Amino acid sequence: MNLTVRQLLAVVAALFLALTACGGGKDVPAADSTGEESSAAAPSENTLSGPLTVFAGASLTDVFTELAELFTADHPDVEVTFNFGPSSGLATQINQGAPADVFASANTSQMDVVTQDGSAAGEPTVFTENVLQIAVPAGNPANIADLADFANPDLTLAICAPRVPCGAAAETVFAAAGITPSVDSLEEDVRAALTKVELGEVDATLVYVTDVIAAGDSVEGIDFPETEEAVNAYPIVTLAAAPNPDAAQAWVEFILSDVGAAALETAGFRSP
Amino acid sequence: MSLGAAFAVQRGSLHLEVDLAVEPGRVLVLLGPNGAGKSTVLRVLAGLLAPDSGRVALGDLVLDEPAAGQHVRPYDRPVGMVFQDYLLFPHLSTVDNIAFGLRSRRVPRAQARDCALGWLDRVGLIEYAKAKPSNLSGGQSQRVALARALIGSPELLLLDEPLAALDARTKLEVRADLRRHLAEYAGATIVVSHDPIDAMALADEVAVIEHGRVVQSGPPAEVARRPRTDYVARLIGLSLLSGTGEGTQVRLDSGVSVAVAEAAHGSVYVAIRPEAVAIYPTQPHGSPRNVWPARVASATPYGSAVRCDLVGPVPLTADLTATAFAELGLAPGSEVWATVKAHEVEVYAR
Amino acid sequence: MSDPDLLERGLRPTSATGSRWRRRTPKVVSSQRTGAKIPLALLIPAIVGIAFLVLPMVGLLIRAPWSELLVRLAEPEVGQALRLSVFTATLATLASMVLGIPIAWVLARSAIRGRSILRALVTVPLVLPPVVGGVALFLVLGRRGIIGAWLYDTFGFSLPFTTTAVVIAETFVAMPFLVISVEGALRAADARFEDAAATLGANGWSTFRRVTLPLVAPGIAAGAVLCWARALGEFGATITFAGNFPGTTQTMPLAVYLALQNDPEAAIVLSLVLLVVSLATLTLLRERWLTRAR
Repeated sequence: MNLTVRQLLAVVAALFLALTACGGGKDVPAADSTGEESSAAAPSENTLSGPLTVFAGASLTDVFTELAELFTADHPDVEVTFNFGPSSGLATQINQGAPADVFASANTSQMDVVTQDGSAAGEPTVFTENVLQIAVPAGNPANIADLADFANPDLTLAICAPRVPCGAAAETVFAAAGITPSVDSLEEDVRAALTKVELGEVDATLVYVTDVIAAGDSVEGIDFPETEEAVNAYPIVTLAAAPNPDAAQAWVEFILSDVGAAALETAGFRSP
Repeated sequence: MSLGAAFAVQRGSLHLEVDLAVEPGRVLVLLGPNGAGKSTVLRVLAGLLAPDSGRVALGDLVLDEPAAGQHVRPYDRPVGMVFQDYLLFPHLSTVDNIAFGLRSRRVPRAQARDCALGWLDRVGLIEYAKAKPSNLSGGQSQRVALARALIGSPELLLLDEPLAALDARTKLEVRADLRRHLAEYAGATIVVSHDPIDAMALADEVAVIEHGRVVQSGPPAEVARRPRTDYVARLIGLSLLSGTGEGTQVRLDSGVSVAVAEAAHGSVYVAIRPEAVAIYPTQPHGSPRNVWPARVASATPYGSAVRCDLVGPVPLTADLTATAFAELGLAPGSEVWATVKAHEVEVYAR
Repeated sequence: MSDPDLLERGLRPTSATGSRWRRRTPKVVSSQRTGAKIPLALLIPAIVGIAFLVLPMVGLLIRAPWSELLVRLAEPEVGQALRLSVFTATLATLASMVLGIPIAWVLARSAIRGRSILRALVTVPLVLPPVVGGVALFLVLGRRGIIGAWLYDTFGFSLPFTTTAVVIAETFVAMPFLVISVEGALRAADARFEDAAATLGANGWSTFRRVTLPLVAPGIAAGAVLCWARALGEFGATITFAGNFPGTTQTMPLAVYLALQNDPEAAIVLSLVLLVVSLATLTLLRERWLTRAR
């Protein structure tokens, strides 16, 4: 067959229309094949079973993974799977219909995105808090003492970009301290900022206490008073479209229990 | 300066070992089948390939002598080369192609251009100065390639199958042209070809290469008369005669007329292949228009045939089967009649 | 004409090269062919493939906040990031040409040992996650890196977090595209032209400059385009090694990524700007080259 470019484009356009017609419907009712089964299994804790999918902020990776082992010891039939990532990305995925049971956000704003969309099953509960710390390479080669050092243009400094949560928090503490920071880089996330500290390429950055602890010996943390101005609250909620709502509820209760609190404290989080 | 090249080189499975000498102003045609090593000889002489042993010298200038650690780089040799397909640089105009060699030797741009234009004029392509090689015909490309090789006044000129890339009709014209240019050239020339007609038309000397060795060399007529291998015999054996075309008659320089099938005019060559010559003990009657008395000067057997060298008004070489030769009772000194059909006579411009 | 006669009798060995001039003619004819038949087995995957490549772009166009577009474009940060992107990608392409063409030449023409290992090494940045590439650059050129530490101690000069670092990161990631294209072009080019140049008195460098380079110019152009496009879109190595600071190191992809964190609409606008600028540039250059080549 002889095809012109115009004909080819027409075919492509037709294909495109067909695809959007299929994929556009957000109002398609959620499939609830598992709903019946799980509501029947509701009454007793010991009968919890099936997969449990938890979406959680990346900073919760280590502590949640650890807690999952304790949780499955009590509920051997539940298989916990995690999706760790930036809370903003997770919120978007949940609102786009990702099959998640629980959302643990690293900040209240991204939780609001989910609740406003109607994707949450109930009211979120703040289960822990995190505050900023100055992170410096082991040995603190640039002799950073406090937040005021961030105004020193001779130092190589990085903070998170204002658009990401740790950057927004940094902006808050600098405003509270009345300091105009002189930084060399606005990092995409905590991990990127910490990598540069670990390599000794930047003299200091601002990240959360939990990040400093997780980074191990190559990074040291320095406390500073203004950190109280930017306390970061972590809310958790079960989701409306949860395929396994009972296990979801059990997980939320487990995180809010003493066992959960203790594990969080070890990781550097503090009680709300 | 005369070329003296005696060297050996191994190229894959081919072991090439040759001993060649060419005097200034003379043309040596290296004849041989594909894969015999002809082009390898040229690559060694051009310096593109270093020999394993031996010596290559132009007069006093030693170009290669592996034993003495001597190897002159191709760009430092006074050697010009015309490649198969000519290899004109596609991104340069005709005049810039010709000027290339001078520019390499730091001749100022304007001067190199003037000189190149002079050469373009000499090869009759001045109106193509700005043309790109892709717009030239095969014959025109060959002339540009020749000018490009000659502009640096090399002591040695190498031509690798200069006519093979041309169609049959162009070939005749270009061959005559090339002959004229080679006659004007003062240095030594080596032409590689697999076409015996090139050898007959261009060569002062022929060297036949088979399997990396020179199997026979000498003046073309001599090689044709006394082939030493079957290949040489089948390859060369043409009787090449010069004359003047007068329509379907060619008047040879000796005064004898030869009937030809295609009309020809002006200075021409007449070529007759040995198997086209028929021999009769007495004067034959009938159709052949070319009938000449002849005497068998010599007879050389090869394979199942005998090559006879005939003298008479038209000198010819004839191939006979050994049986026919015996039945006719021929021997050197026998008087015979030779006939050739008009359409078996080849005519081409001189 | 007697040649066919001779051929028939097998008197004249036929040469493989004998008909080269005549063989060129059909090539010209084929390039003038119009409306070639496309087999269905090629057409269907081609259509699916085009849809696959084009639809995400269409998605961006549909979701773009057109009303805000002009306002966004007027934001100084956008222009700044765009200028920096084009500037650094162009410098990275030039650097890749200066360093990459010689690499390609070595890979295609030289007879050095371990060439295949060298080729594999050169193409490592293609498979290395760019963020890892950025860390690797730190380890060499950072102020505690192998070379960087010396630079820092001797001159008090540190590369990371500078515009130079952006160019370095982009060059690191994009240069293999150029090397591979140019090596391919060199291999496809007839090396006998270089022999011809040598017999005309041109030494190695002169031959390279006057013959080889012009012969592979289309391959270099194609490689440079790929290289520029890759450099323009570079994200991981840049944000790691050069950091992210508006005006000095924040290129468009970095701005897009950060905008995506809390302002997806802005990210779409920025992506579109990047898309339009790169498409316009490439189309324009292509036009130039094509008209020059004819």
